[in-house]
Amino acid sequence: MTAAYSKQGIIAELAAPIADIAKCYPTQRSAIMPALYLAQETYGFLDETAYRAISEILDVPEIWVFELASFYTLYKNKNIGKYNLQLCTNVPCMLRGAYDLFAHLQTRLGINKGETSKDGLFTLTAVECIGSCDVAPAMMVNDTYHTNLSKERVDQLLDQLSQADMEPLTGKDPSTRTQPLAGNEPSAGKEP
Amino acid sequence: MSELVLLKHITHPDSTDIEYYEKNGGYQGLKQVLSDYSPDQVIETIKTSSLRGRGGAGFPTGLKWSFVPKGDGKIHYLCCNADEGEPGTFKDRLLMERDPHRVIEGMIIAAYAIQSQVAYIYIRGEYGLSIEQISQAIKAAYARGYLGKNISGSSFCLDIYIHKGAGAYICGEETALLESIEGKRGQPKLKPPFPAVSGLYGCPTVVNNVETLACVAHIFARGVDWFTAIGPEDAPGPRLFGLSGRLQNPGIYELPMGLSLRELVFGYGGGPLTGQFKAVIPGGLSAPMVPLAGLDVKMNFADLAAADSMMGSAAVIALDETTSIPTVGRRIAEFFSHESCGKCAPCREGLHWASKILNRIESGQGRPGDLEQLQVICGGVFNNSFCALGVGASWALRATLKHFSHEYDALITQQTIPVRDRTRP
Repeated sequence: MTAAYSKQGIIAELAAPIADIAKCYPTQRSAIMPALYLAQETYGFLDETAYRAISEILDVPEIWVFELASFYTLYKNKNIGKYNLQLCTNVPCMLRGAYDLFAHLQTRLGINKGETSKDGLFTLTAVECIGSCDVAPAMMVNDTYHTNLSKERVDQLLDQLSQADMEPLTGKDPSTRTQPLAGNEPSAGKEP
Repeated sequence: MSELVLLKHITHPDSTDIEYYEKNGGYQGLKQVLSDYSPDQVIETIKTSSLRGRGGAGFPTGLKWSFVPKGDGKIHYLCCNADEGEPGTFKDRLLMERDPHRVIEGMIIAAYAIQSQVAYIYIRGEYGLSIEQISQAIKAAYARGYLGKNISGSSFCLDIYIHKGAGAYICGEETALLESIEGKRGQPKLKPPFPAVSGLYGCPTVVNNVETLACVAHIFARGVDWFTAIGPEDAPGPRLFGLSGRLQNPGIYELPMGLSLRELVFGYGGGPLTGQFKAVIPGGLSAPMVPLAGLDVKMNFADLAAADSMMGSAAVIALDETTSIPTVGRRIAEFFSHESCGKCAPCREGLHWASKILNRIESGQGRPGDLEQLQVICGGVFNNSFCALGVGASWALRATLKHFSHEYDALITQQTIPVRDRTRP
């Protein structure tokens, strides 16, 4: 969070880019969702200060902003760890051992679902299907997919993330976003 | 099917580049459409192709386009539904990540057919790479004059914008998707009026799935005859089947419709991971499971409907003998309860109750009468839900009770807890 975090600070920083986004739509209301994303990417999470700033920038009632921020699960209303571990636990991943992996993550990190590790590095989340069912079990670390996971691979990954003094994987500029590792794309099926 | 079409280019390293796409015939279909076809002729061509939607409902695409009023003076909108969220489904992600120009070309042709000058592609928020690839493809298409004003020298103009979803399964339902673009919570609206008459911002709107629009581009590149020669007469063309769960070779397979579920999971899927299959879910998590004895059912709309299931998104999830059906049932109820938008009470409350009862049964606290209670709840949700979410959820849940009541009974009477339950998140 920047030092200038206040309604006026947000308006100063985001009014121009949000106005730009709003040009894609015939109504200001349509720009609330992208505006929320922009504020979240900039400040890490969303709160009433951000809702008020967005409502002023777009000249819409604050309730319109709040009702979207509370309805859609990808908007975060509290600060989370540097790495958001989002393990898919829906049926295709569950059938491939996601539950055992989740238990392993809980034990290793010493935290429960939705909690953040004491060092502030990891938040553990169980999510619904993320569209990686052929390479299950799958987990997103911030925006990056990790697939065909086993306890060993998860341990390796957490070791790497713990050791690396890296920038957060979510960047404002999509071009700086970490690409999925090679081999993590959905696969074309084999010939029978 | 000998030749792959939808998947033909996806493994090529340059498949997302516009130069590569053009070199392999890309945007030729569009150019021909804009120079030789009237919008009505485009609609007629798609009608003749018998293309049916690849999102889940299987509605005839040409017919859907034809419902858009002509010469009404209103703005028309095209929306591409890329909010792929049905558990087990991952085909649209592959198309957007590896063949994004196909989707864009399909969108431009569809927009021309319904005379839309503004189109949105609604991509789920988790699909970061899809958003990036589609975004780059849109930029490249503008640079080559395939988007913007006077496309390829014609009088047709079109702008395409990406709207990024934010984690709501229900936004895959078309009216909820439109609400979401309007900046509202994703809650379905009553139909009629259908979107083709009153959709986005109250204007005539068509919502098509990613794979459907990719098929549109291929039809104009290769011709209707090529398309109708593949698969059954009432549901022709290639289709992407996503195989996952307890089988040997999970992945995306491009095949005609009409193969049996058995051929899919044994022939292509390579058979069960352990022992024998118990059941297979043929079309995403909201499609009722088909037990082993029913696997000879043909994978097309009519035969699956006759088998009390559905084609859905062609996401095939296999369950083998290590799978506890009550655990799958509980997970189905939990998922749909979590994703219920809260608009109507039967779905919001009923799925929550079902999920609580199933959790209790699974943890060894089942009571006599629980299964009857579940049947009553499922019936209530099935018959009274506002949209297809509650219907699909209760339908899928009922199938687990219908085919595997003995597994539930065993849990209730013996009160043994499945191994997997102990490590539940």
